[in-house]
Amino acid sequence: MSQLSFRASHFYPGGFRLDLSFRTTRLVTAIFGPSGSGKTTILEILAGLKHPREGFVQLADRVLVDTASGLFVPVQQRGVGMVFQDQLLFPHYSVQGNLRFGERRRRRSLNGRVTFERVVEVLELNGLLARHPRNLSGGERQRVALGRALLSSPDLLLLDEPLTGLDEELKTRVLDYIRRAIREWRIPTLLVAHDFFEVKRLADWVISIRDGGLEREGPAEEFKV
Amino acid sequence: MGEGRSQTNREAQTDAGKSLPTPVLWFSRSQLIFGVQSWNSSPRCIPRPGSEKIVGQMFTAEEWEAIELSLWVATWAVVASLPLAIPLGYFLARWKRPSKWLIETAVNLPLVLPPVVTGYILLVLFGSQGGLGGPLEHWLGIHIAFSWIGAALAAGVVSFPLMVRTIRIAFSGVDERLEGVARTLGSGPLDTFLSVSLPLAFRGVLAGSMLAFARSLGEFGATIMLAGNIPGRTQTIPTAVFSLVQTPGGVSRSGRLVLVSVLLACLTLAVSEILERRRQRRESA
Repeated sequence: MSQLSFRASHFYPGGFRLDLSFRTTRLVTAIFGPSGSGKTTILEILAGLKHPREGFVQLADRVLVDTASGLFVPVQQRGVGMVFQDQLLFPHYSVQGNLRFGERRRRRSLNGRVTFERVVEVLELNGLLARHPRNLSGGERQRVALGRALLSSPDLLLLDEPLTGLDEELKTRVLDYIRRAIREWRIPTLLVAHDFFEVKRLADWVISIRDGGLEREGPAEEFKV
Repeated sequence: MGEGRSQTNREAQTDAGKSLPTPVLWFSRSQLIFGVQSWNSSPRCIPRPGSEKIVGQMFTAEEWEAIELSLWVATWAVVASLPLAIPLGYFLARWKRPSKWLIETAVNLPLVLPPVVTGYILLVLFGSQGGLGGPLEHWLGIHIAFSWIGAALAAGVVSFPLMVRTIRIAFSGVDERLEGVARTLGSGPLDTFLSVSLPLAFRGVLAGSMLAFARSLGEFGATIMLAGNIPGRTQTIPTAVFSLVQTPGGVSRSGRLVLVSVLLACLTLAVSEILERRRQRRESA
């Protein structure tokens, strides 16, 4: 993975404080910690949906956030794809419309890397294309959300609790799809989860956080709770 | 009072007589849209090929003119308000600063002000001597006071809060995070608004338009202040009823117009309500 550097301080109205700094070069990095430890905020800062009070984010050779110099790359120019915990598919588009949304808006130079046909094939979405999001099961929604993010051809893929709300059998299947996608396109991925075993099944590098701060980090195979 | 009013009408009539160049500008467009030939009488907004006879049996010429003008004025009130009401409704739904109440109060003011007072303010602003009416007349030849444009402006201002409120509620119902998703997928703020927020709030925008349309059809106080009550030129259904009632036997003769008014109001409200229910059903699905 091209290197990702993250450093941010963020205060919440309730008094909670995120103060975290990490750096990773692995393909799949997982941040894991209990609910309310600031995991989603980290992803939102990376995607550009939240401005940290103070911080610095660099992806490969691009600086995305530098509060010291007032730099803040707008969300749509970051090339950071995000799969939200509750998928957030566009209810007014079909599955196909959802998938094409990012594809139509990506930079021309990126065309050809991730193709619509290949995403449909890898994630087995063929039978779903004409369906509407409200008629999809949880696992199907997760696959469509993943495909939609992939089709924007991101430089960094963010997954927020990708397996939450799925039963054991579905977890294994969705996990398999995520693995396939990562292997196919080699897109650097950062995921957050509160369940360590989910994390361990996907990640190469694990960062554990607690109360908005770094607790421990290390390679997944050596990491123990 | 009747005398004073008829005097106003007379003045207004001569005033409107002078304002003929304005209708040319506007009605030439209406001719394009509706294929209407006569622009120098009242703006005719409904194409009615061969309907003269039936209509002639049901309504007097004056009544029919009032109905047509009402529909025309209400349509323009809505069409002209929308480009302002949509961004404003969105802004009010999304902006979180406490100082928002100031704008909200200003928008809602016509809802609680007596329409006559709203009309008075508009007359001061848009009359021939007004701060806005003067320049408009001088530079563009557009007469607002005592013309149908004035009636549309009055109706638009009075119904504006209802429209903005409905549109704001519709935008509040659109999950803000969906806009965030669109942004992460490479869509800019305007693109996101047009491809995500607006389509998802569309029914609400339509419902707000219908509500504003219904309110515009019934507008009286501000209309009579700014546009007067000139038959065939600025006389809408409510002002026509008002005039009729003041003539001998007028109460019974105004019955048809009252009925039309009630029917139109019911129809627009019903459509607005249906749209709102569909939206709720879709959201709960």
